[in-house]
Amino acid sequence: MARSKSGDPMRQPVAGWVFVTPMIVILGLFLVVPIVMALWVSVSNWTGRGSPFGGNTEFIGLKNYTDLLGKQGLARQDFMTSLRNTFYYVLGVVPIQTALALLLAVLVNQKWLRGRTFFRTAFYFPSVVSSVAISLVFLFLFAGSGAINGVLAWFGVHGPNWFADPRGLIHLLGDLVGVWNIDSPPAGLAGTKVMNLSLWEWIKGPSVAMTAIMFQVIWTTAGTFMLMFIAALQDLPAEVEEAAMVDGANARQRFWNVTVPHLRPTILLVVTLGVIGTWQVFDQMYVMSQGKPSKTTLTPAFLSYQAAFRDQKWGQGAAMAFLLFLLIFLLTQAQRWLLRDKDAAREKKLERQQRRAEKKAEVPA
Amino acid sequence: MTTAGPSGLLEPTEGPGGDALRRVVTEPAAPTSDGQLVGRSSSGKKTLFYVLLVLFSLMYIFPFVIQLVTSFKTPADANNNPLGLVPNPFTTDAMQRLADTQFPRWFFNSVWVAVIVTIARVFFCSLAGYALARLKFRGRNALFTAILAVMSVPGIVLLLPKFLALKYYGIYDTPSALVVPLMCDAAGVFIMKQFFESIPPSVEEAARIDGAGTFRTFWSIVLPMAKPALITLTILSFQGSWNELGHFIIATNKESLYTLTRGVAGFTLGGLGSGNQYPIKMAAALLMTIPTAIVFIIFQRFFTQGANAGADKG
Repeated sequence: MARSKSGDPMRQPVAGWVFVTPMIVILGLFLVVPIVMALWVSVSNWTGRGSPFGGNTEFIGLKNYTDLLGKQGLARQDFMTSLRNTFYYVLGVVPIQTALALLLAVLVNQKWLRGRTFFRTAFYFPSVVSSVAISLVFLFLFAGSGAINGVLAWFGVHGPNWFADPRGLIHLLGDLVGVWNIDSPPAGLAGTKVMNLSLWEWIKGPSVAMTAIMFQVIWTTAGTFMLMFIAALQDLPAEVEEAAMVDGANARQRFWNVTVPHLRPTILLVVTLGVIGTWQVFDQMYVMSQGKPSKTTLTPAFLSYQAAFRDQKWGQGAAMAFLLFLLIFLLTQAQRWLLRDKDAAREKKLERQQRRAEKKAEVPA
Repeated sequence: MTTAGPSGLLEPTEGPGGDALRRVVTEPAAPTSDGQLVGRSSSGKKTLFYVLLVLFSLMYIFPFVIQLVTSFKTPADANNNPLGLVPNPFTTDAMQRLADTQFPRWFFNSVWVAVIVTIARVFFCSLAGYALARLKFRGRNALFTAILAVMSVPGIVLLLPKFLALKYYGIYDTPSALVVPLMCDAAGVFIMKQFFESIPPSVEEAARIDGAGTFRTFWSIVLPMAKPALITLTILSFQGSWNELGHFIIATNKESLYTLTRGVAGFTLGGLGSGNQYPIKMAAALLMTIPTAIVFIIFQRFFTQGANAGADKG
């Protein structure tokens, strides 16, 4: 950056702006302007007829937002249902896909392994295939008489009719261990309503149908994150590992005390990208479930689409899109802050420990 | 720009180091004759790794095998023997029926859309990336900040806004609605900028002394040097537009303008959704996977780079 200022041949205001013009035009017309338009629609009563900027459309303030957040009604109930569904979806998908990606990376990254390229390719390939194609395949695999239930039958398990089953996993689990009866939920839970949903509904967990979608997403995305972990593993200097080995650390100690701390930044990145990505889930719902059964696969992104394009509630759809945007933004900020802070705190603690250790070492000498 | 701090790099050398000191005193260090990882891996552990890898590979390959095999089954066979690996009877009926739908047209649409989007995106992203990396002009930093902000907008949130804009501009339901909005993306600009910054400026300075203009320097000196980044971006763009679903849902409602993703997604919603027409669905899925597979196999190593380029932007 530090170059002589006078007569700098790289100082080219005209060429500079000409070069960035196509980008500005496209991102401006199809990203910035649309967001402004949608902001307006989200505070208007536009019904999809005529232009949203014409005389018939009125400013109604934050009504669309308060309908979703503050008022009793179907709008809020659906929105809360979609948030609940996606919450369990994220909670299930992100940790498992991160762990699976790390496991696959460690497996594939062994130096003595034959056919590394083959394995890596096999695990990564689903990540580059269209989500529509994969969704179709999984609809078949998880069909009532499909391959998954066929495999389960080998073990004497009668598989569910996955995509038609709205029962929640936590409900089922509680029923299994005898905490409650799924057909007659405890009155305390069923009777208390918070934001239009009973506590019983809130603790439902992902439905069986949603679980099938979660399997698919974990299976698809683990490969992408595996590549990130492989890159990070290859950055780990061999000497560090060797030093630990010379010091007599066994494989498990090396993994937890050398590899995992080295991978912490990558783990943070993978979790963050995972959370951002999973909250946006849309394609699978569009292709596989359309929010069914019993709205248990409804997600904010799909609900926003449905409200606007099917029910012509454009203001509400736009408001939902912005709320989702805000949620993703807040989540990523919170996550970064939390994890970064922890890192710093941990470093400080280590530093202190080290200083103390040094002092101790000095005394006997 | 990465979310990850530089921490974690130095810690491990210190932490276990202290442990090790204690260990050396209390017990003899394990023999490290060849000092390699291999030396420490017992054959039992290797077997375990191979077993795990083979199991996972089966898990990853099996769905594609089912997809391939089922494409050549009859609907009844697909229902009764979902796990059967040999179609009985073998039939190309699903393929033929697919050919009678709009599927060929959608395939053609997907091809031209992906080609145009890719060419435009690679060109525009390189132009902007070069300007942001090298050319100095007022507002450059502000512009770059704006691009970082744009990159953080989740794509799915833009569906409804983009629909409004396409309607307003009067290009909804036209071919240009399919391609123009996808012709540039902030992440692509970011990747190119990063790459151009890694090329030593001395090369361009030499060209400049020889009197080449800015565009000429960019086009015939800098761009050829950026081949790896260009290939990465080409693949990301092609794959991205081939697999894109959301944008094509909101850009058109005309069946003749559907791309594969949009058209085939409709198989589960429309007439084919009610019956269990699995062979035709698997055939459609198979045919839309094949081009991706070909590109993937040829350019595999660039896919890897692309995934990590995405990681860098954090």
